[in-house]
Amino acid sequence: MSFILTFLLMFAFWMLLSGQTQPILLLLGVISSLLVAYWSHDLFIGKADIGQGIVRFLRLIRYIPWLLWQIVLANLHLVYLTLHPKMPIEPTMMTFKTNFNTDMGVFILATSITLTPGTVTVEATRDEFVVHSISKTTAESLVSGEMQARVKEIEGHRV
Amino acid sequence: MDVKTIITAVLLFTGCFFIVVAAIGVVRFPDFFARMHPAGKGDTLGQALILLSLMVYEGFTLITVKLFIIMVFILVANPTGSHFIAKGAYVAGVKPTKAHEEVDISSSEVAVSSTSKKHCGVDSAS
Amino acid sequence: MFEIAEIIIVLAVFLVLYRTIVGPRFFDRALAANVMGTKTVVLLVLIGFVYARPHFLDIALVYALINFIATLAILKYRESLGLD
Repeated sequence: MSFILTFLLMFAFWMLLSGQTQPILLLLGVISSLLVAYWSHDLFIGKADIGQGIVRFLRLIRYIPWLLWQIVLANLHLVYLTLHPKMPIEPTMMTFKTNFNTDMGVFILATSITLTPGTVTVEATRDEFVVHSISKTTAESLVSGEMQARVKEIEGHRV
Repeated sequence: MDVKTIITAVLLFTGCFFIVVAAIGVVRFPDFFARMHPAGKGDTLGQALILLSLMVYEGFTLITVKLFIIMVFILVANPTGSHFIAKGAYVAGVKPTKAHEEVDISSSEVAVSSTSKKHCGVDSAS
Repeated sequence: MFEIAEIIIVLAVFLVLYRTIVGPRFFDRALAANVMGTKTVVLLVLIGFVYARPHFLDIALVYALINFIATLAILKYRESLGLD
């Protein structure tokens, strides 16, 4: 099952990148997709639950517009800090505890923290995050924990 | 000057503005961890806006799909790469300019450690 | 229009090049090199549009991959050699 799915994804990617339908190119695409799928299907999908993966992917799509809006806010904040003549920054490092079940949740939260206003992930594990924040107000917005609740909702976490 | 050209120009030069601001930030911020911020955020949004403007300019062809693939890849890879550099610096012992704080997110109160000499990885009070 | 954008991005690359040369420690240089790589991807895409050659998009995609792998590789290299 994972072999067939990997093969189909790889062949779709080949078609997107080449965009030509001559028989020799299609044959080469099938051969290379088969080779890649044979060597790496256990790494790419493996024993993962495919149905749960699709459900999580749909939840992730619902999360993305909020994240894009946060990215825009983050950049406006960054423009203000960079072009201000006195540069009003107060850098601090902070540690907080989390409890995630999957590595995907850790990855999404770490990327989201990096992309949202004023904070950058420094170290991320399932139990603990180290975050560098650049001003006081942004640190307080992270403490409210809204983002963590959203990521746990994607993960399917029952609190 | 139709509508498509105007949208393209606005997105393109907004993206250029964010990229230049990111470059200024990388040069101007005082210490390493502060420089992470423009590198992780400004570049990501800047390139996304420029590639989006080119997608609007091109219409819907195969080129648009390739541009979309490049955009999504950089949107995922750029924060990951900057996080990797930050982790390397943290493990190697690059110090930020201010003292360390302990924040407990579950009880949503900020407990600032009064002694600034506290070690980073050890979390005691929470 | 695309030419003006290219010139702006090249100026930004020169600004970041300052940090790559001066940067007090290894990590500042790695960070600035990563930023320059991202700008180079955008520059390649814009060059493809100026000369109306879509093959530059494939080069840009491969360059984005190489940029990401190179950042990881140079940090691993530093770890094994203890550069500063």
